[in-house]
Amino acid sequence: MSAIGTSMNAGAASSWPRMFGIALLLALFAFVIFGPLANLFLWAFAEKWYFPSKLPQEFGFTFWARVFAPRGNALTSLGTSIWIALLTVLMSLIVAIPAGYALARLRLRWRSLILLAFLLPQAVPNLPVYVNIARVFYEIGLNGTILGVVLVHAAHGLVLAVWIASAAFASVDVSLEEAARNIGASPWTCFRTVTLPLAAPGLIASAIFVFLESLDEFTGTYFVGVPDVTTLPLLMFNASMGGNYQIASITALLLLVPSIAFMLVVERFLKADVLAMVGR
Amino acid sequence: MSRADSRSLARNCAVLGMTKSDATVGAWRAYALVGPALAVIAVFFVLPLAMSAVLAFRGKTGEFTLEHFDKSWDLYRTDLMFTIGIVLLSTVLIGVVAIVIAGYLTLGENPRAVAVLRWLYRWPLFIPFIVTGQVMRTFLAKNGMLNHVLIGAGWVEPLAAQSVLDWRGIVVAFVWKQAPFVTLLLAGAMASLETQHIEAARNLGAPRWRVLIDVILPQVRGTLLVGLVLSFVTMLSVLSVPLMINPNSPTMMTVDVAYRINTHGDYAVANALCLMSLVVAGFGAWFYLRHSARSFSQ
Repeated sequence: MSAIGTSMNAGAASSWPRMFGIALLLALFAFVIFGPLANLFLWAFAEKWYFPSKLPQEFGFTFWARVFAPRGNALTSLGTSIWIALLTVLMSLIVAIPAGYALARLRLRWRSLILLAFLLPQAVPNLPVYVNIARVFYEIGLNGTILGVVLVHAAHGLVLAVWIASAAFASVDVSLEEAARNIGASPWTCFRTVTLPLAAPGLIASAIFVFLESLDEFTGTYFVGVPDVTTLPLLMFNASMGGNYQIASITALLLLVPSIAFMLVVERFLKADVLAMVGR
Repeated sequence: MSRADSRSLARNCAVLGMTKSDATVGAWRAYALVGPALAVIAVFFVLPLAMSAVLAFRGKTGEFTLEHFDKSWDLYRTDLMFTIGIVLLSTVLIGVVAIVIAGYLTLGENPRAVAVLRWLYRWPLFIPFIVTGQVMRTFLAKNGMLNHVLIGAGWVEPLAAQSVLDWRGIVVAFVWKQAPFVTLLLAGAMASLETQHIEAARNLGAPRWRVLIDVILPQVRGTLLVGLVLSFVTMLSVLSVPLMINPNSPTMMTVDVAYRINTHGDYAVANALCLMSLVVAGFGAWFYLRHSARSFSQ
């Protein structure tokens, strides 16, 4: 309520033309942000849309029926995408959780250098990496397999996972672990019953990050997944290049839902105390 | 390792009655825990990068050669310049947009406008590049909403409406997607500044834009640079956006790499092109290091 109170005061203080100017600028900004998304939305529900018309001539759900048809490509791709993303989360967390714990709690001489190594894949263009992995995978028969795509996604997802997992473990109070050890818990019991549950929200956040990155990944899948693995982003790309804007837009909307849902809940999992420890 | 960590480690050792050799075992355990993750980075990241550097210089019989670079330069010189131009322009625009938005979020006097802006600007942050490409492909097309709004407002004649799906489209897509990321970092850094300098400057009657440029920006320059360099590198290796918005020549180097591989199976020239974009990214890193070193010495 106090925010509204102060805004009333500020409103009274600044002049009306000024208020109008601010509102106009914000409206313009809202158009810049939501205009492109609205355009995508229109295409997703358009039956017919030819050039001079501002809005689709006909709205409908024919293309939705086609996308969600039992034998349609989209559902298969969605399944493939989710399966790959789940395996990617599993694979990167299996190596990221021990690494994150060691970086947060144990004694490592080159700790900052190791943290820097995990930053590398974010700071170097990924294209050469994908190109050469694809070449090697092609020779050993991993191209076009789910495993090949999962390996590529996991190597990239690992980076975020290690950084967030390390921050999550660092934000757990050491004295709680010491208390558990003092009353006779083994290191493993202490980790399993004290440290892991307390770090869980941060670890869940890193799992969601990795899941989304895998779900949205295009370039790696484009090189390594061809010709047999078609994820949702690849399906969307093919539909769009084929001129089928409706299918492309519907697929794009499917990809948007998890991203936006995550944006709305991210602060619940990634608390400020964990964020403050990122990179420490 | 911070002093607090080593103190807690020593305490743990003392509590558990551990000897020094137990602590050494603990150190080995730490490396064993980090090992697998480092191995994944080494095999799936460092190794392919090294391969790229080797293959770009290797001829048919395995000898050292520069012919792939000659060929790349002959065929894709324009695209190299095009890529650098687009990415630089996008980086500058992202910086300007981020400074303006983060500045208003920090100094804005109308709490309601600040709240609305804070809610608005984040949306593209979590939208994947591939969806951004599709979104802009519809929005900026000749029949897109942008043209309809411009025509409706009377700013553009209906017959003069044109598609913006060329280099401008790529820049718009990049700025739309990456500016929120830099804004988020920058607004966070600005929010954690001490307010007394800002208030002092405001009390002396400095207008808000002067406070932003003279007082706030110098203190958050490091954060701004990190965000911009990361965006610069990211944009250099995005394939989907140029492929969807402007696949025809002149285009970005990522498209050329995909073309060399998919159409010709020509990994040598593709790797030479990749190495060129690595060098461009290296310039970004060098720029960042030089600036951070300067601010460090100050």
